[in-house]
Amino acid sequence: MASSALPSRRRRSRRAGLSRARRDARAGFALVSPTFIVVLTIVVLPVVWALILSFKHVELLNLRHVNLVAGPYTLRNYDLLFGSSEFLRVLRTTVAYSVFSTLGAIVLGLMAALLVRRPFRGRGIVRGLMLLPWVAPVVALTFVWQVLLSPQLGFVNAIGTDVFGWDAPVPFLSQEHGTITLFGASIGVPTALVSVIAFDAWRSFPFAFLFILARLQAMSPELEEAARVDGAAPTQVFRYIVLPQLWDVIALIAVLRFIFTFNDFDEVYLLTGGGAGTQVLATQVYSFLSARHDIGGGAAVAMFMAAALCVLLIVYVRFFAGREQRA
Amino acid sequence: MSAPRRRWSRNTIETRALRVLRPVGIAFFLLITVFPFFYMTVLSMRDISQVLQAPGSLVGSLSELSADAYTRVLKPASEGGEGFTRFLLNSAFLAGATVVVTLAVSILGAYAVARLEFFGRRTVSVMFLSVYLFPPVLLAIPLFVALTRLGLRGQLPVLILVYASQTVPVCIYMLRNYFETVPRSLEEAAEVDGCTRLGVIRRITLPLAMPAIAATGLLVFMVAWNEFLFALLFLVDDRSHWTVSLGVSQLKNVETPATTLMAGSVILTVPVIVFFLFAERVMTEGLTRGAEKG
Repeated sequence: MASSALPSRRRRSRRAGLSRARRDARAGFALVSPTFIVVLTIVVLPVVWALILSFKHVELLNLRHVNLVAGPYTLRNYDLLFGSSEFLRVLRTTVAYSVFSTLGAIVLGLMAALLVRRPFRGRGIVRGLMLLPWVAPVVALTFVWQVLLSPQLGFVNAIGTDVFGWDAPVPFLSQEHGTITLFGASIGVPTALVSVIAFDAWRSFPFAFLFILARLQAMSPELEEAARVDGAAPTQVFRYIVLPQLWDVIALIAVLRFIFTFNDFDEVYLLTGGGAGTQVLATQVYSFLSARHDIGGGAAVAMFMAAALCVLLIVYVRFFAGREQRA
Repeated sequence: MSAPRRRWSRNTIETRALRVLRPVGIAFFLLITVFPFFYMTVLSMRDISQVLQAPGSLVGSLSELSADAYTRVLKPASEGGEGFTRFLLNSAFLAGATVVVTLAVSILGAYAVARLEFFGRRTVSVMFLSVYLFPPVLLAIPLFVALTRLGLRGQLPVLILVYASQTVPVCIYMLRNYFETVPRSLEEAAEVDGCTRLGVIRRITLPLAMPAIAATGLLVFMVAWNEFLFALLFLVDDRSHWTVSLGVSQLKNVETPATTLMAGSVILTVPVIVFFLFAERVMTEGLTRGAEKG
């Protein structure tokens, strides 16, 4: 049976041999086309259109009458945007928010990954529980923290005033500037912004944790064991053996997290509504839309975000996509 | 044991300190991750006036605990409730339909990227990646404008397509990884036996990658269930179309007691966590596959 099946197979594949590559290519296009259509209509076209809208004077009120594609075009939206002092402030807040919550998430994630690296009883459960902030709905999480941090019924403020002797409850999410007195010195703190950053670092540390842990577990233990036998202390092993192997994955997480936080709308909007000095670019787009009814203005802010991200994406692709293919 | 003079070397001090610090650290992380969920659950069963009187007492008295908030939050607005049953149905429909659409589209796409040599295959991967990294708020404006002009804003099916476009790229990324683990020889054997391309996908690749597809589907469900921005922009005008997320976020600004809305938050969170427990292993491995190689 085998002897009769083999020649027929060979014959068939030789006959199909010439067209095989072409058939594959055709099938490939056919199978990818639904994805292309979805991405084209829901992502690419809207982005192009947003670019056009950002050069037009479109408001919610004239939305139904105005021609949404053809001219007249104007630079008004960008003029107003770059000319306002608010824009610089919002940009600074956005960068601070992105940098510090990325940093916080990576530090927390690295610590957590190192802690659960070696097996112990209940490790699987601990690992699963640590992922909860990342998978749970952002609306529920922001709401819980709003209540936890509330000056009236919040647990944190109750403990702070009763146990730690705070003078008064801290309005964590509604106070723009606060002061911390440490060893007699007063330091000004942007309270609400710090709270939002802390929340985001808390919510996204599992992402960093997951990637760093995966990398740690793929590491071969021999090098570390050898160093330990030679008398290297745990911190030295970490500094000279573990950390150098982690830089790649940490850099990857840093870029991804920075881009995600730069885009963040939900966290800031739900925690503070963009008030108390926490307005970021994404929430500003929304306020252009919902409060000022200025669609063109919102589109200009969004295009600025996209342009900034394009630069970051190029950096990302340059440094990481090539590396991934080599691996 | 080493010589006595080396007893307090840096090595031994650190090793001992770590033996203590490790459990402390793990406990700290467990506290910060689990406590908010614990607090949410407890608060949903307490009486708001008691909480206001003593916000520092965590559990209150046991007699105080009741499930009243859940009945209140689930009852329709016409009966004095908050109408979350309706929101639950909306969310479930949206998320379920998004899973179907996304999987249908991305299984085909992922198979093509994993198996077939075609022009632009590499470009496709990069393009999908960049879609995933684009700011959603940038899409929000033109979609908002287009749907308003077409009179389609507020329709749930439209949102399904938007969610699909947001989840297809990461699905293709994950599924591609799994499809590549299906032995090519199996597929070729089926082809020799006369299977068409779609037949091969249906009879060979899909059954073998089923656990991965299920996990990916659950991930899509979670993303769609949790989504907030597009739901806010498109559905906020009509309360009967609200999702659970939208319901919690909109009602917290009204005079609904925090404890009632905590019940809503628990209802919002529980399905996601249940699904996550089912799919955790496969899902996390799929996401971090690239990272292990370093």
